[in-house]
Amino acid sequence: MAEANLPLQANAETPAEEKKGQSGSSAFTRVAKYTIVRVVTLFLTVIVSLYLTIIIANMGGYVDEIIKGSIREEIGQRFVADPALRNLPPEERMKQMEAMIALREHEKGLDQPIAVRNVNFLVNALTLDLGRARNMSSDTGSRLVKLILLERLPSTLVLFATANLINFFLAIFIALFLSRRYGSLLDKMTVTLSPLSSAPAWFYSLFLILIFAALLKWLPFGGMVDAPPPDTTIGYIGSLLKHMLLPILAWTTSVIFGAVYGWRTFFLIYSSEDYVEMAKAKGLSARDIERRYVLRPTLPNIITNFALLLIGLWTGAPIFETIFNWPGLGRTLVQAVGLYDTSVIVGGTVISAYLLAATVFLLDFIYALVDPRVKIGGESSKA
Amino acid sequence: MKALRNTFRQFGQYPSAVIGLAIVGLMLIISVYTLITIPYNEAIRLWRGGEDVWYKYPKNAQPEWINFFRKSPLPKTVFLSTKDSTADKESKTVTEDMTQVTVSFPIDFSYDSYPQELALYFTSKYTSKKPHITLSWETPDGRTVNLASFSVSADDTYRLSQDTKISRKFKGLPPMQGLFADPNAKLDGGVPPTIKGQYKLVVEATLFEKGGDVDVEMVLHGDVYGIAGTDHLRRDLKIALLWGLPLALIFGLLAALGTNVLTMIIAAIGVWFGGLVDEVIQRITEINLVLPFLPILIMIGTFYSRSIWVILGASIALSIFGGGIKAFRAIFLQVKESPYIEAARAYGAGSWRIVFLYLLPRIIPVLIPGLVSAIPTFVFLEASLAVLGLGDPVLPTWGKIVQDAQAHGALYQGHYYWVLEPSVLLMLTGLAFALVGFALDRIFNPRLRGL
Repeated sequence: MAEANLPLQANAETPAEEKKGQSGSSAFTRVAKYTIVRVVTLFLTVIVSLYLTIIIANMGGYVDEIIKGSIREEIGQRFVADPALRNLPPEERMKQMEAMIALREHEKGLDQPIAVRNVNFLVNALTLDLGRARNMSSDTGSRLVKLILLERLPSTLVLFATANLINFFLAIFIALFLSRRYGSLLDKMTVTLSPLSSAPAWFYSLFLILIFAALLKWLPFGGMVDAPPPDTTIGYIGSLLKHMLLPILAWTTSVIFGAVYGWRTFFLIYSSEDYVEMAKAKGLSARDIERRYVLRPTLPNIITNFALLLIGLWTGAPIFETIFNWPGLGRTLVQAVGLYDTSVIVGGTVISAYLLAATVFLLDFIYALVDPRVKIGGESSKA
Repeated sequence: MKALRNTFRQFGQYPSAVIGLAIVGLMLIISVYTLITIPYNEAIRLWRGGEDVWYKYPKNAQPEWINFFRKSPLPKTVFLSTKDSTADKESKTVTEDMTQVTVSFPIDFSYDSYPQELALYFTSKYTSKKPHITLSWETPDGRTVNLASFSVSADDTYRLSQDTKISRKFKGLPPMQGLFADPNAKLDGGVPPTIKGQYKLVVEATLFEKGGDVDVEMVLHGDVYGIAGTDHLRRDLKIALLWGLPLALIFGLLAALGTNVLTMIIAAIGVWFGGLVDEVIQRITEINLVLPFLPILIMIGTFYSRSIWVILGASIALSIFGGGIKAFRAIFLQVKESPYIEAARAYGAGSWRIVFLYLLPRIIPVLIPGLVSAIPTFVFLEASLAVLGLGDPVLPTWGKIVQDAQAHGALYQGHYYWVLEPSVLLMLTGLAFALVGFALDRIFNPRLRGL
């Protein structure tokens, strides 16, 4: 085929140039078309899932019934307690009670049908107008959902970002190390221990609290800092680190073995490729082989996992946080469900929905950058 | 058949998997045994019966085998009753109307610590005059102490630890300590040492009517009871631990099976019919990824129903359109191009026939490891929901025990067995299935075969 090309090269140049000119503009239109379609689709996805969450959070109007019931009870009690109101004639009292109930319901918007309220919720959520919580309030006393959620963010990040990042890089590092030593004792041990990851992190927390806090009394039972918190910054950081030790240990125990096993198997599959054999034959150092021939093809997968990890930070782990009494987002969201606080639930969900949509969208472009086989808008990106 | 035997032989090469399979087998046998010996109604009666079922057991008692590990063993719980002839009743007719019934309860006490409670449950038959009871206590060092005298009605309970008059007879010590303490020991403000030996509680009942009768049940509430201990409501934990096993297995198996099979079918349909159907399935998957799984389950549990079957259905529904679809889709895309599918299309096979009879069976080997590995996830999901307070309100599950323990501060009060027993069982179940699943994955996944 090479010989056939050579004499044709002079002629081949012009069609090649034309093609290049064409492909230049067509690449742009391709990417642009794909981007627009993707953005619209993702947006629709966010809308539908948000709407579903809102419907479930309001349980088809059932929550409204609960709130109306509690309003009625509260006003009824007020009428019993207040002597001026109690002594009114029955019809007058009934009329006043109904008037007050109607006013309260109008305040909370309960006089509109649930379908309309759901759509209102949806529109507000999409524009990130998160509104006020019904029962919950932030530590500073505000009812703004935005503040309630933002307040929990630093403590969540401090714990989960640290734990997840440590685990992520540790797992990949150990997995790479193990993939070079296939069949060794360490390798076999890891494989045997990997089923430990079937238990969630909160499960191991129980054991670890039992050992380190109850029996050995080395580490605290839970909470974020000592009570009362130390005055100095160094003291505060020290106390924070001491309280972070058990949760991170529990998280690591649950996650690391399965993660190492997964990555190691993954790396082994890519290490058994022919070109890696050839690189070894060429005499490249192990580190070079790892970096160029093993890590590079697995990069899309690693990046995907990393991105999903970052999104997972937002959802947190409610039971884990409850057991350690850590003020995190997961626990807040679950508390909101228990308190029928729809605004907080919707607020949390919409932010994680947007984060997920944005990440999925960005990932498509990152794949194209990292993996030369992928073309945006082309057949192969539809996976 | 030969393929199955081959699989088993390959399986046998992984010792951890064989252990896992053995544990799974053992669990299945215990489940069947539990379901047969303690049928559902009996289990509910024992778990939710109320005071009449639980009154005999001590509160927060540790399991009996803990005495193996202790230097000084904890007192055991003793049940003696005239109703089932574990205690003897002697009747002596004094006059025509008066009868004296004597019951003596021998107690063998060789412990260093004191039991929680000594309770007497009286059932008496009389028309108008209540029987009169006198209690006396004989110690191994020869003392006889008159404890109390009172009259009883048809159904009466007498708890020694709550009778303050007894304290006075024992120099102000709490009643349970006074009964077994050494009266000559020096009280430095600590707990006095016990006298070990044979004690006897003598109950003398005087009946004032002809035809009257009295039955006495004595329960000495120790600090240990049974193979699993008791909880704060005096329930025998053995019931919940045994019944939790089949519940966990059923939930895990049904959920894993339902999810994986449905995912497989939907992926196959999407790949085969292509076009709009495929697009719709993709979009539904993306929507499902955004929905928060645990909060939605909690919402369903709070607003709708906490029944374990509703939660099971909801978990399956939310898990079908997950990451599994993408994985199955990739495999089906490959299989779709194979020549035998083309041949089927050529001879005019209908789409549904191709999907169910030709595509799906190819995938089953890949399905199996995923299924087995998914079981522990669902077992722990049920436990998680129970810990959050959303477990089935009626059934005794392991998660419920953990939740009870957490709610009553088991870790802070030192009732470690309460948390450890269900946790260890959960761990064992998860481990067993995970080990089997891993081995199956190595056997069935073609890409991992060489490794």
